[in-house]
Amino acid sequence: MVHGEFWTIKELFVYPNEYIYWSIQIVMYPFMTGLVAGAFVLSSLYHVFGIQQLKGMARFALVFSFALLFAAPMPIVLHLQFPFRGINVFMTPHFTSAIAAFGVVFFTYGAIVASELWFLYRKHFVEVSLRLREKQDKTLVEWFQYLIFCSLTLGSYDVSEEALHRDEKAIKVLAAVGIPVACFLHGYAGFIFGSVKANALWMTPLMPVIFIMSAIVSGIALCMLTYIIAMELKKFLASRKRPVLGGFHSTEEIKGVEVSVIRMTAKYLVFFLVAAISLELLDLIFRGYTAVKSWDVLRSVIYGKDFTSIFLLQYGIGNLVPLILFLLPGLTIRRAVFGVVLVIFGVFMMRWNVVIGGQAFSLSFAGYMHYHLPIIPHDWETFKEGFFGAFGIFVMPFALFWVINKIFPVFAEAPQE
Amino acid sequence: MKNHVFRPLIVFLGIVGLILLARVFLVPKDFGVHERGYMYGWYRKDNEQFWKDFKVKYQGREYCSGCHPANYDVIKKTPHKNIECENCHGPAVDHPEAPPKLALDKSREQCLRCHYPLPYPTSGRSKIRGVDPDTHNPDIECSMCHNPHNPMEGLR
Amino acid sequence: MITRRNFLKNTALGLAGAAAAFELIDPKKLMAEEAKDGSKLRWVFLVDTYKCVGCGLCVKACKQENEIPYDANVTRTWVERYVLTKDGVTHADTPKGARDGFTTSKIDLGQGKFKDIKKEDIDKAFFVPKLCNQCDNPPCVQVCPVGATYATPDGVVLVDRTWCIGCGYCIMGCPYGVRFFHPVYHTAEKCNWCYHRISQGMKPACVDACPFGARRIGNIKDPNDPVTKVIMNERVGVLKEEYGTKPQVFYVGLSKEVK
Repeated sequence: MVHGEFWTIKELFVYPNEYIYWSIQIVMYPFMTGLVAGAFVLSSLYHVFGIQQLKGMARFALVFSFALLFAAPMPIVLHLQFPFRGINVFMTPHFTSAIAAFGVVFFTYGAIVASELWFLYRKHFVEVSLRLREKQDKTLVEWFQYLIFCSLTLGSYDVSEEALHRDEKAIKVLAAVGIPVACFLHGYAGFIFGSVKANALWMTPLMPVIFIMSAIVSGIALCMLTYIIAMELKKFLASRKRPVLGGFHSTEEIKGVEVSVIRMTAKYLVFFLVAAISLELLDLIFRGYTAVKSWDVLRSVIYGKDFTSIFLLQYGIGNLVPLILFLLPGLTIRRAVFGVVLVIFGVFMMRWNVVIGGQAFSLSFAGYMHYHLPIIPHDWETFKEGFFGAFGIFVMPFALFWVINKIFPVFAEAPQE
Repeated sequence: MKNHVFRPLIVFLGIVGLILLARVFLVPKDFGVHERGYMYGWYRKDNEQFWKDFKVKYQGREYCSGCHPANYDVIKKTPHKNIECENCHGPAVDHPEAPPKLALDKSREQCLRCHYPLPYPTSGRSKIRGVDPDTHNPDIECSMCHNPHNPMEGLR
Repeated sequence: MITRRNFLKNTALGLAGAAAAFELIDPKKLMAEEAKDGSKLRWVFLVDTYKCVGCGLCVKACKQENEIPYDANVTRTWVERYVLTKDGVTHADTPKGARDGFTTSKIDLGQGKFKDIKKEDIDKAFFVPKLCNQCDNPPCVQVCPVGATYATPDGVVLVDRTWCIGCGYCIMGCPYGVRFFHPVYHTAEKCNWCYHRISQGMKPACVDACPFGARRIGNIKDPNDPVTKVIMNERVGVLKEEYGTKPQVFYVGLSKEVK
């Protein structure tokens, strides 16, 4: 079978070479990069605009953004027919192609996040490496730790007030510069689709903007969700642990999620959610109004074949219901959790409806292609472009976060800020 | 006291330097901007020669005429004169060295390509005489009765 | 605190640097320049849809000449059938890309469904061969992130199998649907007008194979080329002109129903 043939069902008049070539991994890619960009913007809201209630969330969001950053290129790596040739994008980039920007944008963004994290945790690195240096008989693990933390200091051991103050300023600058870069990171993903004139559904100048808005929405939502889960988990584990002999748990240890933090973050979520919905509806209305050549087949896809996917799942469950949940007064943690889960689902469905929806109709405008996601893989291709490949990538950032947390501890009281 | 603030930047520039260095070794020398400019002409020049050197399989009827003059001449006076030998006999490639014998397609489907009647008004197809394959001797090869090299010849 | 003097100095330096950088990467030099005229060769293709009978011998020849696995459901060239019935409906199909020709009057609707059309219901019907248009402004080349696909000076668009990373952007970028992944090499693949044949004075396999002369190839820069004469002096059309790709396959008898 040729690539794409297994999961494509053609109906009516479709060109012979047309298959759904961009399948689940291409849905995952903008989804993951969107989470990256969104998490970063959330963190920057505190560092740049000084919104104090977001302090706890900000550090978490930044570290999580870093964990997401490593998971984000994975969908591409799995999708490419030649993953190892992926470095060709760095070797001979053809900048007339939006995908070629991947190398530059990802790398710059990674540098900014890594640098910002470095400034945030530099004091911690210095403290740990100095402490380990004092220790005479280090175990193997401690030697390893010592090496890592020593090199992470980049040779700078100055933790005076002045140096820390400079660190703070650097963080502010990086966070500010990082916002447009994060927007570019996801804007270029939107441009990848929006600039394809051959695809009637993708071709619109609004695509980059829609992608950015929904990316920020998803990033904020995922950060809220993971933050809530992590804080509640920490509280649970701390309360189970026996306190020091004769003492009590400190407030820090058993403090859970603060409602004020969640409410504040939710306000921003709603703002971007409204923006995203407005742009998407604008695009749809425009298409229907101008009714160009492709409108007949697009209409049959949007209002016919993909009606459930677009209006019920994405707009209904993914946008409208969470909007109502967040706008109703007296937001509770429980309601917030429910809302953000639906939002993340909604953003995923948006990516699905764009990528898969764009390939649901033939270039002939007289035929259709139906996509069925391979669930149980029977070979490497149906695994990497199937449910388990996608799911694996989705959980990857959480696993990475656990590892990265050991170097950049999120929940310890690092009074860097 | 040097400002430690720039250290991450130095690390970053170092990595960029490494990538540029890697380029020197990994990018083929003839990769660059060629005649059509950067937008349409950014490629490895050597590849053009690869495609020019691609093996030719179909040699054309003049190639066949060298050893098979009889069939070559006969068919030229018939309505099948414009059908290439290799359309039915398959690509010559390096025949007779390789393959020594060509795979002749004598199936009914081969003839039906043109001779299944399709009454399409503006198309040349409607001018070709055809048969209903389900009723016209459905279980034997067309060439049992018709000579493809001389289709107007009486029934064999 | 940054002083005004420092700010101005740094800005000036930055601008100078940017100007120098632009010199090195002069946009005008980088943008596609029309082939400097020294080149006397630009290939063009001519398809006559009146002559095509839908025999599919071109598709079979192409597969064998260009090593596309015979049973794979992809093809560098194909033939489409259009049947317009008196009720105003356009029926179109291309069973296996017409690899085996059209040997039934039933229209292939996909998923094992067929629609029989009676002779008396037909207003007009015809066949349209399609292949890569080797566009003058190829969108597939524009979107390749690594420079694996490119336009030769004589106008043909080729793919470098050693450099293609298999992202599929070029396949998505082609409005005509001529590109696909090669089932064996797994790189992007498409018709290249048998570049190996035309570069040594032969004709593409499909041009030779067609017994009815529906396919022809020529050089638009040669005013005496018979194909050039048809294109310049007779009524010809191109596919999907609105995309601005400047396709170089010209059709005699192109009808409005062609998709």
